[in-house]
Amino acid sequence: MSAPYAKLPAWVDFGLIPLINLIVAFLVAGLVVLLVGENPIRAAGLLVEGAFGYGEGIGFTLYYATNFIFTGLAVAIAFHCGLFNIGGEGQAYVGGLGVALPCLWFDTILPWYLTFPLVILGSMFFGALWALIPGYLQAKRGSHVVITTIMFNFIASSLMVYLLVDVLKPRGSMSPETRTFEEGGQLPRLDWLLEIFGLNIGGAPFNLSFLLALVASFVVWLIVWRTRLGYEIRTRGFSPSAARYAGMKEARIIIVTMMLSGALAGMMAINPIMGEQYRMQLDFVGGAGFVGIAVALMGRSHPAGIIPAAILFGMLYQGGAEISFEMPQISRDMIVIIQGLVILFAGAMEHMFRPAIASFFIAFGGRSGVPAAPASE
Amino acid sequence: MRSGRGRSYMSDIAIELKGIDKSFGLVQANRDINLVVRKGTIHGIIGENGAGKSTLMSILYGFYQADNGAIFVDNNEVEISGPSVAIAKGIGMVHQHFMLVENFSVLENIMLGAEEGQILNAGIAKVRAELLRLEAEYGLEVDADAIIEDLPVGIQQRVEILKALYRGAEILILDEPTGVLTPAEADHLFRILDQLKSQGKTIILITHKLREIMAITDEVSVMRRGEMVATRKTAETSVEELAELMVGRRVLLQVDKGVANPGKVRLEVENLTVRDSRGVAMVKNVSLKVREGEILGIAGVAGNGQSELLQAIAGIRKAEKGRVLLNGEPIGVAGEADPAALRRRGLAHVPEDRHHMGLVLKFEENENAILGYHDDPKYLKGMFLDIDAIRADAAEKCRQYDIRPPDVRLKTANFSGGNQQKIVLAREMERDPDVILVGQPTRGVDVGAIEFIHKRIIEMRDAGKAVLLVSVELDEIRALSDRVLVMFDGRIVGERSPETDEGALGLLMAGVSETEEAVQ
Amino acid sequence: MQYFDTLIVLLQSTVRVSVPLILAALAGLYSERSGIFDIGLEGKMLGAAFGGGAIAALTGSAWLGMGAAVLVAVALALVHAFASITQRGNQIVSGVAINFIAAGATVILGQAWFRQGGRTPPLGGEARFRTIELPFADALRDIPILGPIYANLLSGHYVLTYFAFALVPFTWWVLFRTRFGLRLRAVGENPGAVDTAGISVAWLRYRAVICCGILTGVAGAYLSLAMTAGFVKGMTAGKGFIALAALIFAKWKPVNVMFACLLFGFLDAAAIRMQGNPLPIIGQVPSQFMQALPYVLTVVLLAGFIGKAIPPKAGGVPYTKER
Repeated sequence: MSAPYAKLPAWVDFGLIPLINLIVAFLVAGLVVLLVGENPIRAAGLLVEGAFGYGEGIGFTLYYATNFIFTGLAVAIAFHCGLFNIGGEGQAYVGGLGVALPCLWFDTILPWYLTFPLVILGSMFFGALWALIPGYLQAKRGSHVVITTIMFNFIASSLMVYLLVDVLKPRGSMSPETRTFEEGGQLPRLDWLLEIFGLNIGGAPFNLSFLLALVASFVVWLIVWRTRLGYEIRTRGFSPSAARYAGMKEARIIIVTMMLSGALAGMMAINPIMGEQYRMQLDFVGGAGFVGIAVALMGRSHPAGIIPAAILFGMLYQGGAEISFEMPQISRDMIVIIQGLVILFAGAMEHMFRPAIASFFIAFGGRSGVPAAPASE
Repeated sequence: MRSGRGRSYMSDIAIELKGIDKSFGLVQANRDINLVVRKGTIHGIIGENGAGKSTLMSILYGFYQADNGAIFVDNNEVEISGPSVAIAKGIGMVHQHFMLVENFSVLENIMLGAEEGQILNAGIAKVRAELLRLEAEYGLEVDADAIIEDLPVGIQQRVEILKALYRGAEILILDEPTGVLTPAEADHLFRILDQLKSQGKTIILITHKLREIMAITDEVSVMRRGEMVATRKTAETSVEELAELMVGRRVLLQVDKGVANPGKVRLEVENLTVRDSRGVAMVKNVSLKVREGEILGIAGVAGNGQSELLQAIAGIRKAEKGRVLLNGEPIGVAGEADPAALRRRGLAHVPEDRHHMGLVLKFEENENAILGYHDDPKYLKGMFLDIDAIRADAAEKCRQYDIRPPDVRLKTANFSGGNQQKIVLAREMERDPDVILVGQPTRGVDVGAIEFIHKRIIEMRDAGKAVLLVSVELDEIRALSDRVLVMFDGRIVGERSPETDEGALGLLMAGVSETEEAVQ
Repeated sequence: MQYFDTLIVLLQSTVRVSVPLILAALAGLYSERSGIFDIGLEGKMLGAAFGGGAIAALTGSAWLGMGAAVLVAVALALVHAFASITQRGNQIVSGVAINFIAAGATVILGQAWFRQGGRTPPLGGEARFRTIELPFADALRDIPILGPIYANLLSGHYVLTYFAFALVPFTWWVLFRTRFGLRLRAVGENPGAVDTAGISVAWLRYRAVICCGILTGVAGAYLSLAMTAGFVKGMTAGKGFIALAALIFAKWKPVNVMFACLLFGFLDAAAIRMQGNPLPIIGQVPSQFMQALPYVLTVVLLAGFIGKAIPPKAGGVPYTKER
């Protein structure tokens, strides 16, 4: 018997309130821009121009968005199970092994389209592996997955530094990275896709993994809403007691969900490693795992929300880089602030404006949109 | 302070409530309550679960604020805006779920909120001294340095009482104090309460157990469905009268039902004992049999072990010992039972808690229509859900069970209580089970749906199913059951025919049994 | 004797790197003991380090810098408190948000105000804390064993170092010997008990979170005003999370926190020391292994293989009156 919770039309709950939260986040970000002595409206103009104004910009925007679709999906699928996977960063980092190793082994033997499936499997395997232990500990020993995944991010970081510096670095090289892959380890760019729209990709690393991300989005939708497993995941996420009532194996669901989440995060590594750099470098993840949290929160954990949210953040990354040419005060770190503000307003304070909006609707809207009487308890 | 002893204090009023209203959302928990509690008496407040007793006392203690009405303490109107005000006015409360910090010592718990300054030393010394005094005065013995979680519940409760006394409580409210106590502990508590009364304290005792009211109170007020229906001097009333006041003369439910035709035993429970998460035995050595073609009703006030019994049979809760046989085969009650497998073996379960177990409120209607049966091949195409089949099936059930609105894509939370329950019933009954467990089938359900649901349960019986019905609504039990077992304090305290007089059943439910009997 | 000297040097740097850990972990202790989980220690420390570095550079006073550091951290703590106490939001999400806001804002504002690539100007003189020589440190240095311990290990630290270590018994005292501490521990275990005792749960938790803010502020000030001469972009480098790990490893107990931080600090110092220096018998241990060890140990502890880390019972759950 919780406090009375005014029912609002779905479009308010899923459209208006997230939008207001987002707008508030951007308004606060605008204040920061003012604080450093720049014009926020001009900055916004530059941002959009830099991200969407020309072919190369769009290419970069979509390249970044690719990373965030993967990590956003990873966070989202865990959310559906009531789990908060903060470990996307580490899972993606370790997932890089699953990309780099097949490329290093087969790049001279196999064409890219044969390496690619191996890379997909490899990245999923390593990402899932890195999420398996936190998942197992949560399911079997009740160790909080938030804390363990944070710890695993740091362990991953140390592990990868060790591997890159001491194991994978070619003899005689100074920089901690693998050798550059030959053609069999390079994904083709999607220049043709942009050309359809009359755009020139220029030097943007927009590549095939974007399509893989779209496929992954579809598969996630399919798993979550169309499979028996997804049904169990959602039941567990909404109501663990209903899951027990229904006879679902809670521990198994938690572990499988964490592995799926890790696999999705791991696939993110394909984009920078096989799609852009053609080698694995230190810190190639670059915070994308954390952006996934903001993307999932903004996209309401649904692929149809995650893709636009990822593109929005892709825009921020690309446009942010552009702004810094015109406004030296504003570097790409501005995005990190916006990311934080989005997480704050769309996540931690998501209900802040709800009472006001609800009373607005009660005052002006009367009874709108809700077909049935509310439950009587 | 002690001058009021003797006859005259009976006329002094400690507490007076006038016209108290309180709603939670759409539920009116208290309606126009008037109550007078005299100084130096033990005043019982009795009523069924959900009658609004605890809410009323929480208002008096300042934990909730009334929507309307006035509170008088010692004949002065006071606004009790929070527990601190209540404490200052000399009101103390022992909550049903103890408000103790479990990993704190007794001393720390007593001190919390009454520390005597920023640094604890002074307070510690004072608490120790005061504890000795209270021990001497009331016989409330307790080790000040013991950690709460190591103490038996009876002693934990004593700490709650000491907490209130330490704060100078003159008026002590106890909410269902014996719910967690053994009979011996309960007797001890009553001796303490008597002692407190003799020292001039006023005690308000909330309970649903008639025996306790008769044993210890001076006056008793009866609540029913949020209203105060009567106040009596205990000496001038009887358990029969109170039972009737408590339950009320309800319109007897008319259910058309033919003679039962029991066949072979489908469900058998043998010596089942179940403990809750705190280790308190909730089901104690219960045995029962349900035959096909009959409805076995379990009557009892909520919290007497029915929920745990039902859950253990359904394989959701681990039992400590005993056996449950479904169609003659054991189900493995020690934790290895698999609810999904039990469903396949012909056990259906309409759980008591529709909101947290029976349904996922955020799901669409059709998604809830397969909960627990989602692994049935008819809803699957390989690893995928066959959405069309699921929705068609749900739509069909909406028709059969008159679920309104008949929109299988609507979020379940948006259905009324009655229609939500029909979703559960449709799901569980349309599987052609052998045994069906039904818990509180009409709780929070509108009147129109109640009749429909009752009819369906009878139909199940007539179709040869074995039905085990648990309900706190006595008239529902009487209307539907072919046999009635009464559960009290985790035990089956008697078997009666459903025609048995309501008052007699009410007495059994309140733990008053004229002849001690146990069904083997 | 050579091993002894090495050990002293090692321990000396252990103390140096442990100080921010101790301060931040104790900060987290106040918050988490009151039932508010805080994974935003890192962000608050970073924000404070920047605020401290900036104001010290502008005013030339280390103490004013520290005041600014505390103000920044408390402001961020209040955001966390508002989200998780008043708004009853998800405490983890709020903590993540604060980490990002601090990480981004320190760089943006630093660049805008000082134009040194996200650094604040190097601090000298009064703008930076100086080490304190204990009496007779020089005179006693040559006494075998005890001399170096006194002169190099106990003497020659910043005032904030002594503050951090003094804070350990002080926190213990606050927690277990004062009214505030009693209530703080109670509200983290059973807010209902506090509420029914007539104490405001929200205000109590706000105060606990403010304490957390103050201490993360001091931790940040140590980083930019003592350990380093000025703020450097991203200078917390995960220390907030190590502190969080130490807090869990210490099972939320003040004295244990100190030992956990010293242990993790020692691992850090040893990792740096061992780079290129193989150990006897074991041989070369990768320094990354040492860096990862605190996290590995914490996970093992969380898994319940060595004792059990039981967080405050009401932690992470917004308080609503039961009905």
